[in-house]
Amino acid sequence: MFVEFLWVLLLGSLLGFELIGKVPPTLHTPLMSGANAISGITVLAALTAIIKAGDNTALLLLGSVSLGFALFNVIGGFLVTDRMLAMFSRKPARKENR
Amino acid sequence: MSDLLKYSIELVAVLLLALGIKGLSKVRSARGANQVAAIAMALAVLGLLISYAGEPSFNAQAWTWIIGGTAVGGVLGAVMAQRVPMTSMPETVALFNGCGGMSSLLVALAAALYPAALDATGPVALVSIVVSVFVGSITFTGSIVAMAKLQGWLSTPPWMQSKLRHVFNIALAVAALVGAVEMIRNADSGTGLWLLIVSSSLLGIGVTLPIGGADMPVVISLLNSYSGVAAAAAGFVVGSQLLIVAGAMVGAAGLILTQVMCNGMNRSLVSVLFGGALGAGSVAGGGGGEYTNITSCSVEECALTLEAAERVVIVPGYGLAVAQAQHTLREVTRVLESAGIDVAYAIHPVAGRMPGHMNVLLAEADVPYEQLKEMDQINPEFPAADVVLVLGANDVVNPQAKSDPDSPLYGMPVLDVQEARTVFVVKRGMSAGYSGIKNDLFELVNTSMLFGDAKKVLGDLLVELKDLGLGKK
Repeated sequence: MFVEFLWVLLLGSLLGFELIGKVPPTLHTPLMSGANAISGITVLAALTAIIKAGDNTALLLLGSVSLGFALFNVIGGFLVTDRMLAMFSRKPARKENR
Repeated sequence: MSDLLKYSIELVAVLLLALGIKGLSKVRSARGANQVAAIAMALAVLGLLISYAGEPSFNAQAWTWIIGGTAVGGVLGAVMAQRVPMTSMPETVALFNGCGGMSSLLVALAAALYPAALDATGPVALVSIVVSVFVGSITFTGSIVAMAKLQGWLSTPPWMQSKLRHVFNIALAVAALVGAVEMIRNADSGTGLWLLIVSSSLLGIGVTLPIGGADMPVVISLLNSYSGVAAAAAGFVVGSQLLIVAGAMVGAAGLILTQVMCNGMNRSLVSVLFGGALGAGSVAGGGGGEYTNITSCSVEECALTLEAAERVVIVPGYGLAVAQAQHTLREVTRVLESAGIDVAYAIHPVAGRMPGHMNVLLAEADVPYEQLKEMDQINPEFPAADVVLVLGANDVVNPQAKSDPDSPLYGMPVLDVQEARTVFVVKRGMSAGYSGIKNDLFELVNTSMLFGDAKKVLGDLLVELKDLGLGKK
């Protein structure tokens, strides 16, 4: 199981290195913000903790707070990235009236 | 059956996440890609919920806690994302990032306190917990300090700029290591755990606090990479391959981005992290030479020169972003354009408060995308420009980077603004850029300085231009 996980870690890292080999500087800020939203994938860990907690209130609480932090990251991150990118994409359409 | 479904969903989610990150690196596909990544995330959550459906502990009580956490975190995140001004983007990313780190830390803490409930027993789980706690704590406190510094809530205490801070940080790192070893050797005692949490949290503060404002984006990018690592470690703790892949992808992508930013600033990551506030030190030491031959001019002269120009290039920099002057700038360029003057914007790769930030700010101010020229594209065009207006930029227009092999800036890519017929530099004062290096551009005969806050100068300029009769329809 552990070895399997290590492979997953290795391949995931390689994928990450390859994926953003070339990025125009324009997109560095949105990319950072988008990647940051994805790092909120710890929602999965938080959910797992809550589901497995049973009647353990302390564990439920820890999981729930962790879920809140992660979702703050995820939802805020994706929305703010979208807000930034929306400003880029509406540009070409406006060209005509200048 | 449930397993098959779970794995299929996870596979699709990973694929979509990868496509999302990939698409985010192209202007045309970026917005769609961000949405794809968001869908992937939703899918991952759905897959997880499905895979645990039917477990006895996945009951109404669990749902209550899930909904509670979701409501609070989700609503706050959504409100924050809508409200925050575009100029505050660096600190916003820092804050979000810190919360991601906090989440990993809390999960690891839960696993450390209640290993049996989360099946987090054995050496692998313990090591993963240690890594997750360590990286999660550093990410959290580091990001919060970064945010506070960018907001101007915190400044660096003098002793943190001295060599003493290395002793302090090394001591903390040793304490964290001791805590980690103690935690693995003696899992049942909480001593190691708390020592690790406290010392790595303080380490996050100690490492981030001495770093200067202009280097902060590099640090945020690095911390973003850390939060990926923390997520991957949390994946080992709870046994989720999806979490490991996604965390590893973000960790790797963040590292690349950090490297790209460092290259743009001609700084090595090591000097950013351990050099401390370089600018502060050199300014105190005299700023690398006095200026002797400065020509300053009035806004009126600048307006007259602009009126006579045919081709104007704007070089926006950090100072423009700090002064939040992008909208005023856009009004000025509208007036110029209406008089038939050709306007372009030269965007240095690291202009603004972080790479690509200037593009976001100018896009927000409705500057047409095709007027934004990247460095390689605009540099051959400077000799044909009548006027270059440098707004709060310094090091990125320093000709020394090309002409003086002894300069610390030598080799850094710069904009060749000195090639233009006339250069106006709008700057708050004669202080050096964050590199602390004297800028020869300011002493050239074709350069005039306009001292003042970028927003105020641009506002005055707008008035003058309108007085000259420009901008009347």
